[in-house]
Amino acid sequence: MRTKALTRLLFSIAIITWLALVFTDLSILFSVRNGLKPEIASWLPRVILNAYIIILFYFYKFKIERDESLNFIDLLWRVFATGLISTVLSLILRLIETLLGGSKLASNFLYLEFTYLINLGLMVSVLLCAFMAWKRLILYQKSKWLIRLWTFFEWGMAISLLFNSLNHVFVQQYFQYVLGLFVLVGLVLSGNMKWVAYLNFRQKWTGLLLLLLTIFYLFYIFLTAGSLLPETVNPENQIINHSVHVFILSLMIFVSLYSIFSFLVVLFNLPTTSVFEQKLEEVVNFQRISQSIQTEQNEESVYNILLETSVSTVFADAAWLELTEKKEGHRIYTYAIKEKEARDIITHLEKQHVRGLLEQNQDKTRNLSKHLSALKGARFRSILAYPIYVKGENIGTLALLKELPEGFNKEMNKIVSTFANQAGISIENFRLMEEALQNERYKEELKIAKTVQKSLLPQVLEKDEHFEMVAFSESADEVGGDYYDTLRINEHQTALIIADVSGKGTTAAFHMSQMKGIFHSLAQGCSDPKDFMFRANQALIHCLERGSFISATFFVVDTREKKVRYARAGHCPVLFYTSSRDTAEYFKDKGVALGMVRNKSYKEFIQQNEFSFASNDILVLYTDGITEAKNNKNEQFGNDRLLDVLCEVKTLSPKQIQEHLINRLYEFSGTSNIDDDYTTMIIKFNDRT
Amino acid sequence: MIHIKRLQEDGTDVVALVGEIDASSSIDLDLAIAKSVGENFTKILIDCSALEYISSAGLGVFMSYIEEFKEKNISMVLFGMNEKVSNTFEILGLNELLLIASDKAEAKKMLA
Repeated sequence: MRTKALTRLLFSIAIITWLALVFTDLSILFSVRNGLKPEIASWLPRVILNAYIIILFYFYKFKIERDESLNFIDLLWRVFATGLISTVLSLILRLIETLLGGSKLASNFLYLEFTYLINLGLMVSVLLCAFMAWKRLILYQKSKWLIRLWTFFEWGMAISLLFNSLNHVFVQQYFQYVLGLFVLVGLVLSGNMKWVAYLNFRQKWTGLLLLLLTIFYLFYIFLTAGSLLPETVNPENQIINHSVHVFILSLMIFVSLYSIFSFLVVLFNLPTTSVFEQKLEEVVNFQRISQSIQTEQNEESVYNILLETSVSTVFADAAWLELTEKKEGHRIYTYAIKEKEARDIITHLEKQHVRGLLEQNQDKTRNLSKHLSALKGARFRSILAYPIYVKGENIGTLALLKELPEGFNKEMNKIVSTFANQAGISIENFRLMEEALQNERYKEELKIAKTVQKSLLPQVLEKDEHFEMVAFSESADEVGGDYYDTLRINEHQTALIIADVSGKGTTAAFHMSQMKGIFHSLAQGCSDPKDFMFRANQALIHCLERGSFISATFFVVDTREKKVRYARAGHCPVLFYTSSRDTAEYFKDKGVALGMVRNKSYKEFIQQNEFSFASNDILVLYTDGITEAKNNKNEQFGNDRLLDVLCEVKTLSPKQIQEHLINRLYEFSGTSNIDDDYTTMIIKFNDRT
Repeated sequence: MIHIKRLQEDGTDVVALVGEIDASSSIDLDLAIAKSVGENFTKILIDCSALEYISSAGLGVFMSYIEEFKEKNISMVLFGMNEKVSNTFEILGLNELLLIASDKAEAKKMLA
């Protein structure tokens, strides 16, 4: 808003100044003509003229130079409009003159001077408008010395204004040199035509038209002003004479030169417009490919984008993308060509023993058009092929075809090569993201499995006055499940089970819950371990996957008979400490794990065992996470060590024994992070026995 | 990781296992045996002399072929196991379901 008010103000002041000029000039003229001594000093009109120039300068500065929203064509329009208005006004004046004919008014010197001053005012206006517009264009791409030169030019012109006010002899002597200097500087500045490259085709045509018309207006106005000059007072007494005004002359020459140069440059750049536009499109396409990784859902879209953009960039007639990966198999994506046709060409080229076109260890692109010509009936006469690399591995080939022979040039080759590279990177990124996502999903799955596993273990163990029982279980991240549980069969019989489920993650968790179900249903009222195992195996036949099995040991502790009956199905051997003999031993028995014999003949592979217990005897159940725990020398904890550890603490309570065992385990492996699930269940028969 | 080498000797497929079999490499073992079966071998020897460790996944692979071998009348003998591996098979009771020999000569005898 401020600027608008300011420009209006400036415009008004300019008009006033011009009127002042007219008034002072005419009065002096009148006095001189009539032989009177002018009351007004003769230098006043010149000063006012310069003031007028300065005001108009600032007016256009605000209107044009400071206006951010003007683009190149707008600037040309401004100049054109100003020129048009001025020309129209000037023509109107001429019309009036013609109408007046040979009348007295028409030949009145005052009237002629007045006409001249109008034309001068208009001319200066057009020149300053053009000056500002050209300034914008020239300084579009600034460099240090360009700005310095322009500043020199502007200030030089400003200083010349000052001199002109004085009409000094001094000035007149150097007039030509100063003019020459400004023209030279103007020429150099006119070399800056970078803005032309940014115009598109249509803008260039518009620009041409505007510039042409502007040039016409300029010359018309120059001619008019020039022609009016001699008609006024004789040259010696010239008060206002633009032909010796350095500023105006320089400006005239500069503006004209630049207009003509611009016109020619735009004209000669017309044929190359398409190249620039193409370059821009290439960049946009490139961006598309690199961005497709974020926006696209799958690899296929990336391939299609690659095909489309490559085709459009080099104006190919058809293209295909052949992928040859082990996992995914051969796939071919085509554009404007049938798959069959593409395959025919591939086969043909392979037959010709063309090495490297579609072979997957290529590093350079190849132009194999000459081989195509041998293929009868082929539509295409030129072909370019690029390998696509993902993670250093060649995953496929991009082939572009043209109907014209030798239709591809080096530039096209380069740009599509860049695309192919970028596509490779995009695909690689894509796959990495997929991998990361998969990993996340996998981790989630493991978390769930772990939670399920934990929930299947008993919260509370069966209690009995004849023995004390503790259990401890810790699961590793990735490994399958250890399971243990207890169930009271009746007053004097308790069932115990320890099991190790094969498999990982959620599969193991599922199997574990199946085992739990089987245990809790079959153990009720079942005091025959062999029978339990047989039935359990039968049940599991329908549950377990191929290659899965469960190792388990099932015990029935009979506190009335003081006996333990058990069946060991492929699980770790039972460790038992007899306090009366003060020895511990591993029981030797046979038994195949559950799920290994998936029919009734399993009965023959499972054995029932029995042993008696007395007070202070200790029964230790465990899984292979304990015995197979490794230390940094890659040695295993082992059965022997387990036995020794038990003997160390045979007199302690089960809880203490357990603690001791776990500590020794951590000590041995050097960390509490064992790489497997590990479980122990310790039963000590007490004095009541 | 496991490296699997296959040799054919007098109509027998000798599959040598080198390294460790864990959950991921058990797939390779499965493929190798499946290949052997697919190529209609009725006598398969598994050379375990360079096998350092086998996980439950690997054991599961062997176990899964028991039925199929019975049906198709294929004999498979494993031999050359080290103590640890042999122990593992024994505890699980696989030694009662699979033919295990101490060396190649004995294994060949078992095949016949």
